[in-house]
Amino acid sequence: MSQARYSKDHEYVAVEGDVGIVGISDHAQAQLGDVVFVELPAIGDKLAAGAQAAVVESVKAASEVFSPVSGEVVARNSALESEPSLINEDAAGKGWIFKIKLSNPAEIDALMDEAAYQDFLKSIA
Amino acid sequence: MLNNQGRPTRSGEASTADVATFTGNRALDMEEALIFETGRYEATGVDIEEPAPFASRLGPHARRGEIGLPGLSEPEALRHYVRLSRKNYSIDAGLYPLGSCTMKHNPRLNEKMARLAGFADIHPLQPTSTVQGALELIDDLARTLIAMTGMSAIAMSPKAGAHGELCGMMAIKAAIAARGEGATRNVVLVPESAHGTNPATAALIGFSVRSVPAGADGIVSPDAVRAALGPEVAAIMLTNPNTCGLFEREIVAIAEAVHEAGAFFYCDGANFNAIMGKTRPGDLGVDAMHINLHKTFSTPHGGGGPGAGPVVLSKALAPFAPVPYVVATDDTLGLIEHGKGSQAFGRMTAFNGQMGMFVRAMAFILSHGADGLKQASEDAVLSANYIRVCLNDLMSSPYGDRPCMHEALFDDRWLRETGLTTLDFAKAMIDEGYHPMTVYFPLVVHGAMLIEPTESESKVSLDLFIMTLRDLALSALGGERERFAAAPRLAPRRRLDETRAARQPVLKWTKPAPA
Amino acid sequence: MRYLPLDSTDRALMLARVGVAHVDELFADIPADKRLSALIDIPRAKSEIEVERALASLATRNVAAGSVPFFLGAGAYRHHVPASVDHLIQRSEFLTSYTPYQPEIAQGTSQVLFEFQTQVAALTGMEIANASMYDGSTACGEAVLMAHRLTRRKKAVLSGGLHPQYADVVATLANMASDEVNRLPPDILASEDIAAAIDDRTSCVVVQTPDFFGNLRDLAPIKAAAQAKGALLIAVFTEAASLGLVRSPGEMGADIVVGEGQSIGNALNFGGPYVGLFATQLKYVRQMPGRLAGETIDAEGKRSFVLTLSTREQHIRREKATSNICTNSGLCALAFSIHMSLLGQTGLQRLAKVNHANAVQLADRLAGLKGVSVVNECFFNEFTIRTPRAAGELIEALAKKGIIGGLPVSRLLPEAGLDDLIVVANTEMNSDADRAAYAAILAECL
Repeated sequence: MSQARYSKDHEYVAVEGDVGIVGISDHAQAQLGDVVFVELPAIGDKLAAGAQAAVVESVKAASEVFSPVSGEVVARNSALESEPSLINEDAAGKGWIFKIKLSNPAEIDALMDEAAYQDFLKSIA
Repeated sequence: MLNNQGRPTRSGEASTADVATFTGNRALDMEEALIFETGRYEATGVDIEEPAPFASRLGPHARRGEIGLPGLSEPEALRHYVRLSRKNYSIDAGLYPLGSCTMKHNPRLNEKMARLAGFADIHPLQPTSTVQGALELIDDLARTLIAMTGMSAIAMSPKAGAHGELCGMMAIKAAIAARGEGATRNVVLVPESAHGTNPATAALIGFSVRSVPAGADGIVSPDAVRAALGPEVAAIMLTNPNTCGLFEREIVAIAEAVHEAGAFFYCDGANFNAIMGKTRPGDLGVDAMHINLHKTFSTPHGGGGPGAGPVVLSKALAPFAPVPYVVATDDTLGLIEHGKGSQAFGRMTAFNGQMGMFVRAMAFILSHGADGLKQASEDAVLSANYIRVCLNDLMSSPYGDRPCMHEALFDDRWLRETGLTTLDFAKAMIDEGYHPMTVYFPLVVHGAMLIEPTESESKVSLDLFIMTLRDLALSALGGERERFAAAPRLAPRRRLDETRAARQPVLKWTKPAPA
Repeated sequence: MRYLPLDSTDRALMLARVGVAHVDELFADIPADKRLSALIDIPRAKSEIEVERALASLATRNVAAGSVPFFLGAGAYRHHVPASVDHLIQRSEFLTSYTPYQPEIAQGTSQVLFEFQTQVAALTGMEIANASMYDGSTACGEAVLMAHRLTRRKKAVLSGGLHPQYADVVATLANMASDEVNRLPPDILASEDIAAAIDDRTSCVVVQTPDFFGNLRDLAPIKAAAQAKGALLIAVFTEAASLGLVRSPGEMGADIVVGEGQSIGNALNFGGPYVGLFATQLKYVRQMPGRLAGETIDAEGKRSFVLTLSTREQHIRREKATSNICTNSGLCALAFSIHMSLLGQTGLQRLAKVNHANAVQLADRLAGLKGVSVVNECFFNEFTIRTPRAAGELIEALAKKGIIGGLPVSRLLPEAGLDDLIVVANTEMNSDADRAAYAAILAECL
């Protein structure tokens, strides 16, 4: 995944132009276990960075997904409605959750890049 | 004539290897289909005569078409349900170490008393003159619970523990509104270790929840509470003894801080079994506490319910208690069913509450008495500590050697090197003939294992349980995997695919499409 | 002490092993000045004989429904429960087992709940049902909250035919959560114009049929009116046996159905424990409160049953849960399910017919008394009579003469000006002799 940046809550955002593709990291999906249901945001929802955007449920847990950046939701991955397992199989690719049009691209700089995220994971292990 | 016909008496080749059978049954362990697969839609096991023809008064509202409910004759029904019952573990079968559930013995006298016609066959809305005995029983139980908890009043109507929490929090909300602070006090403090019903209850009635951390020793500190208090706080919800099995030793100081800040103290009474006759929540500063009759007072768990959750209240909250409640006047007992002219906050449920559970709890209380109830708490605490000290050389605990109350808490640090999880350990207990302890609760402890033996286990039973867990623990530490990873191997079912159940929910039987 | 197996030798050995001299040392965290030095002021332990005596003496001071002609319903109904039901629910493995959290050793309970859910769905004509709530009234309260979540609105409209105590429960919840409730006035003749009360701020309209006064209602036009405004229809019933003969709420378009299951398998018990039935359509499942049993397979591919979709519930979602409910009404749901299996639809239909036939007979008898009229056009096994004398006094007078004659409406609606109405129920347990006695003694008391 090119240019993915990560939040401390294990969300990633991969920016293409002025749109960010948001999902949860591979570490997060492994922690969660088998995903059984995803509550997606609605197209048009305006989110501030850190606001709750979605919920990913496994059998025994429900995890809030916070938007790492501010903006407006322009797409949601409705494939997850019938195949929530995509998040487990390919969190970074087919398991994307929503796309958000960035209202403040500078927010990306505050997020961790891949190397920093891997270090972060080691530090909380 | 001597009997000279012999037969072999050694076990020979009979082994425990997997044997396939035609039925899928394994001797007494039997498979059982659904009633929708074995029942017939024309069949019925109840003899009811068709009434003679008459002019119906249903108007246009008659049901048309099949309902879709099969029937069974009595022999078929008995067989179906008896076979199903035998797939269940139960207290009657063995030690049930679920922490915070208080799986104590369910006395059969309770069942006999609850079935007396004078208790079971009376309607909640009969003229009160015809149910004076029932009202007296409710009143007696109310007074007894008030005496045991040192509180001022009680709401008897809540139908379960969580319902009692709701009642207590509603009383608090009403009291705050009566002071004119309803708009400003809208935050409830809840420790991270709390049972999920606590924050759920607060949110249900419009409070927002603020988390309070517990110290490394599992206890909530008054300083942490003071830091979280403010004019926006309506109440704190604490469990005491807490979900880690420890008595909140700073509880008096916490109560004082809470009251000073103008807030109320709700106590989750799920663990009351640890302190009966030893201390009273009212003396500790509690404003409202629910009591789980199905935990502390032995009413049966019934596969998940029914429960009963009466709520004791402080003087400050007493005026807000919901209807209905029993009042004693001169020589009769009455039932107040309407809140008009009082500050009662409303009604929690239709009718009068869980009378069936009141009778059972009363039978339990009368049987134990003040001396027996105190002994029960002492035995419960002693048994939990006995288990704790007999296992803590092998299994790690977040609180080291510190004594617990009625339940012993272990974590999964001791399993780390083995690659096995708390869940694996729990499932292996099943093969040994034990229901697992509570696992993964409280959430604040990693891989938590919470063991509550209760007072109704004999020492022989406790010792066997301890030895079994020691054997399992040594096995795990010794690198044995299959005993755990493949467990349970001997139960009516192996591990279930819960992912599949949640991803493709099948929540009722449907007729298969014709082939 | 017959329930405490440890004796003094055991305790001494255990104390020694724990390393304390006296058990009080294990209570050291209790502040010293808060430790009790004397026993609580309640009586000491009693033998089984003494307990039986004490409780039996309280029990005999109540008039058991079976000992007199009995015509009281109003939300709880006296039906016959076959002997095998009570026997089966007392089996150790049903009575003393817990929630099926370890499904491998709880397939009995898990399968029963799955069967129960299927029965309730079929009975109500809905797609899915949960594993039971505490009772009908709290189920009703939860249904309203569910409708609020689904529609993102906060206003409930309650029919004037809804059981007053059910309405009180809904109103209490609404008051606490700052939601709105529009309670229509008591609707004795089922003639209210509920459609007119529905606007685009309404989340749900709650209608009971058979209603509190016994009237049968057609929900289809109400559903149409609700749907036009984006609101949901919640149908309520308090007499489960009615569904053997009366159109199901699902067939009439209800979005959520709640009701009281006590009539099937469960005794009157002075008001509890009862069993709440809760059913809805599959598309709403994630907002449905309560436990749910589902089908799956185990590691060997064998069909199994397990509690599922738990992420709706409090132990996972905590403050974001659909409800705070933890316990269901397990044993009462089991009793319901066993009784329903014994009845089957054939038995249930016959039971319902007998109930209706008996009620029609009684209605005709009472309508023949001077000054008494039956208010309802259509009813199932319960109807309302108008009396020339104050109903409350009449019921007391009847009670003194050994008849439990029904519910004076003024007991539940003291300020509605309905002091001349009695709600009268009649089940398969009432004989011709009972009905004759009622009519005769009522005539005397008028």
